[in-house]
Amino acid sequence: MIRLEKVNKWYGTYQALVDVDEHIAKGEVVVICGPSGSGKSTLIRTLNRLEPIKSGRILIDGQDIHAKDLDLNQFRSHIGFVFQQFNLFPHLTVLENCTLAPIRLRGLSRADAEKEAMVLLDRVGLAHKASAFPINLSGGQQQRVAIARALAMRPPLMLFDEPTSALDPEMVGEVLLVMRDLARDGMTMVVVTHEMGFAREVADRVLFMDQGRVLERAPAERFFQNPEHPRTQKFLADIRTPFSSAV
Amino acid sequence: MTTVELIDSYWVYFLVGQYPNGPLGGLALTLILASAALVLAMPLGVLFGLARLSPWRWLRWPVTALVFVVRGTPLLMVIFWAYFFLPSLTGFKTDQFTTMLIALVIFDAAYLSEIVRAGVQGLDRGQVEASRSLGFGYWRTMRWVVLPQALRTMLPSLVNQFVSTIKETSLGYIIGLTEISFIASQINTQVFTMPAQVYLILGLTYFVSCFGLSRFAFWLERRQTQRVSLTDNSKVT
Repeated sequence: MIRLEKVNKWYGTYQALVDVDEHIAKGEVVVICGPSGSGKSTLIRTLNRLEPIKSGRILIDGQDIHAKDLDLNQFRSHIGFVFQQFNLFPHLTVLENCTLAPIRLRGLSRADAEKEAMVLLDRVGLAHKASAFPINLSGGQQQRVAIARALAMRPPLMLFDEPTSALDPEMVGEVLLVMRDLARDGMTMVVVTHEMGFAREVADRVLFMDQGRVLERAPAERFFQNPEHPRTQKFLADIRTPFSSAV
Repeated sequence: MTTVELIDSYWVYFLVGQYPNGPLGGLALTLILASAALVLAMPLGVLFGLARLSPWRWLRWPVTALVFVVRGTPLLMVIFWAYFFLPSLTGFKTDQFTTMLIALVIFDAAYLSEIVRAGVQGLDRGQVEASRSLGFGYWRTMRWVVLPQALRTMLPSLVNQFVSTIKETSLGYIIGLTEISFIASQINTQVFTMPAQVYLILGLTYFVSCFGLSRFAFWLERRQTQRVSLTDNSKVT
């Protein structure tokens, strides 16, 4: 479904992505992890062209996403994107957040869009908050609305850029549960996250990135049991026992 | 002549000028001019503001130049340009009302564009990214996500500008536009003995118009805030 070929990206003189090759199949759940600044957020943002790339190719469903004749907005509407900072529209209610794009872009009637949105809000456990404004929701609730908003465009692919990093610890679980259910329903997902529990339980494969390179890619089980690259081993050891390496 | 007699004999002239026996003037003309200027300057100001933020140089530079020139020029100059310079440039003579309207629209649009620019720039970048990631293009992002939020934060500055516009119409006096200041000074010339009363009434009229507009805007703003905070209660239930 997603194919990256020798993708390179630079920020000025700093190379953020180095020859990234990857293939992600339909229905697969892939977690990308790695230390800060390793390029994982940059990588996921290139997939819907929020970030341009310097060289290489990215194909989604066989379509080169940098092709000149690509309808960028049409293309993006088929990819759900969930941000670290939620980015809900604060001037709209929860329900309006979820119906804006379906009404304006998919051409649904308000009634149909609201009906669909309520189903999605129910799925993320927030149907009772439909008329609330984002500012009145907790972080975890906001992120679940953001997921529903992205799903409202019925995308076959969902991208998550550190969806729980801005949350209080007690709210991480509710968001991850929604994501797990989504994965179980067969959604193709790429998730940048530090939640290794989620990666272990939900991911089919895990990619480990450092300094713009994908250093390791493995099925989740093997990634955690037998990481091959020394850098991966150190990373996993550090996050398991944060104290020991510091002392 | 007493103040009551003054008002009694001149109030129609003050409100509508020589209308219906002559051209419309007075307070009516002032309000029409101010409203027309606002209605036309606002969309133009938004377009100018967006042009100032545009990545395309050929769009950004001319508008930026215009804004700088206008901001560095008194309105009176702009009116003179519109009155004397524009006709010789276009070969098309406009009447005083149209001239004044053109001057006001250009002048206000330049100022409004700066307000719009600040409002749009002040918005979190994530809002645009979220909208674009859903598949909204530039214009739809502006229409549905950016401007509704930016306009709300801009409201106090916008009201300021609108109130200024009402006051600025008084400069139409200089090119013989029969707006309310012009009428007032005519009345003063005719009556001759009561300048204090005449100009006090003129000042009061401006004040009521401007004060009314700003109260209306605050009422709008409060209603907006209430819409959001009312639903705050839903959190408790």
